[in-house]
Amino acid sequence: MAKSQIELKVNGKSVEALVEPRTLLIHFLREQLNLTGPHIGCETSHCGACTVDLDGKSVKSCTIFAVQVNGADIRTIEGIANADGTLHAIQEGFREMHGLQCGFCTPGMITRAYRLLQENKNPSEEEIRFGIAGNLCRCTGYQNIVKAIQFAAAKLNGVPFQEAAE
Amino acid sequence: MPVIPAAFSYHRPKSIQEAVALLAELGENGRALAGGHSLIPMMKLRLASPGNLVDLAGIDELKGVRVDGKDIVIGAMTTQHELIASNLLADKIPIICEASLQIADPQVRYLGTLGGNVANGDPGNDMPAVMICLSASYNVAGKSGERRVAAREFYQGAYLTALEIGEVLTAVRIPAPATGHGWAYEKLKRKVGDYATAAAAVMLTMKGSKVESCSIGLTNVADTPLWAQEAAKILTGSALDPATIKKAVAAAEAITSPASDARGPAQYRTKMAGVMLARALEHAKSRARG
Repeated sequence: MAKSQIELKVNGKSVEALVEPRTLLIHFLREQLNLTGPHIGCETSHCGACTVDLDGKSVKSCTIFAVQVNGADIRTIEGIANADGTLHAIQEGFREMHGLQCGFCTPGMITRAYRLLQENKNPSEEEIRFGIAGNLCRCTGYQNIVKAIQFAAAKLNGVPFQEAAE
Repeated sequence: MPVIPAAFSYHRPKSIQEAVALLAELGENGRALAGGHSLIPMMKLRLASPGNLVDLAGIDELKGVRVDGKDIVIGAMTTQHELIASNLLADKIPIICEASLQIADPQVRYLGTLGGNVANGDPGNDMPAVMICLSASYNVAGKSGERRVAAREFYQGAYLTALEIGEVLTAVRIPAPATGHGWAYEKLKRKVGDYATAAAAVMLTMKGSKVESCSIGLTNVADTPLWAQEAAKILTGSALDPATIKKAVAAAEAITSPASDARGPAQYRTKMAGVMLARALEHAKSRARG
């Protein structure tokens, strides 16, 4: 099958590539661009480990073809840290609040939380849980992931983080 | 389990006319691609292997929500995320926002479209029953022009609809519901992202303490979405008293024929359709003014 030429931005850099139409975005990112941050978890649109930011939307990169994102602006976990190399507030939140154990879901969780906090600067716990409902974690029980996102929201809003009483 | 779809050629038309011409030419070897969140998973499982995909994402005229006279018209490529964010819908037809919020998960809703949801023909999709409840119609474009099909006549069986090969569903047209109406979409699901074990859509208007009009749609308890006409008839004119609700629920349960599957045995799913209907009626009543 003839390959298609695509041009897009990935983590701020322009990329040109040839892709087979049936190549899924996750395979394109991991195998052609060597961006292995987005993970392949279930490959059936359920787990969210492959989540990337696509033109301001959180999407599961296992459920879109690379050829569909011609012209798009994509951000993966590799492009989340601050320009000066320091951790983004969400990354810091995951470290400080122990928002991960095995870490497999973390790139997808952080990338999803990044978009969630762009859309809702000060989400309630319920809004956070609803907002990350497309990302599965099999280790943490989500408690510390929610705290990590609350930590990040507080930091981004410039207010002190107060952990809710258990 | 295979996860790599079979090879296909990719097309990205810029207009409905171009898309329809392409699909007519490709015939059975072509499929329209909307948000892709039903079709791509099926392609990964090789349950679908179209030789050509006609991506509708580049067609601007398929997007957006607008008022057209007494109707609200929603472009087929409008995503669930956009439906939820629409102030016009929140104001005029909030049941669409309520149902959208119960579809899949945030990532899927960013890409999943209304057109894909209603045209797919999967009995598990939520929007078909909502559209049946709302007395919506679908604009369908084909090589020989455009036609309009009532949602209530569109669904013929599982994955079997009035859509013919080469046709594209371009828009959903909904008569604007009466001001002060009550609404609810109640869905029982096992977990986030699951299809309904059973779900019920209710639209009603009240006059004083009596039901003036009522419409009911049921999701995933038959091969097609169901329009529960008899149940609605029983409720009309009543004060939604427990005895009448019981009768209406029984009438709704009587038209279901769910499959026994991982979501439960058929008998259970029928009963859950009744429970969802009773809850939706309560909820809709509490929201109605008039």
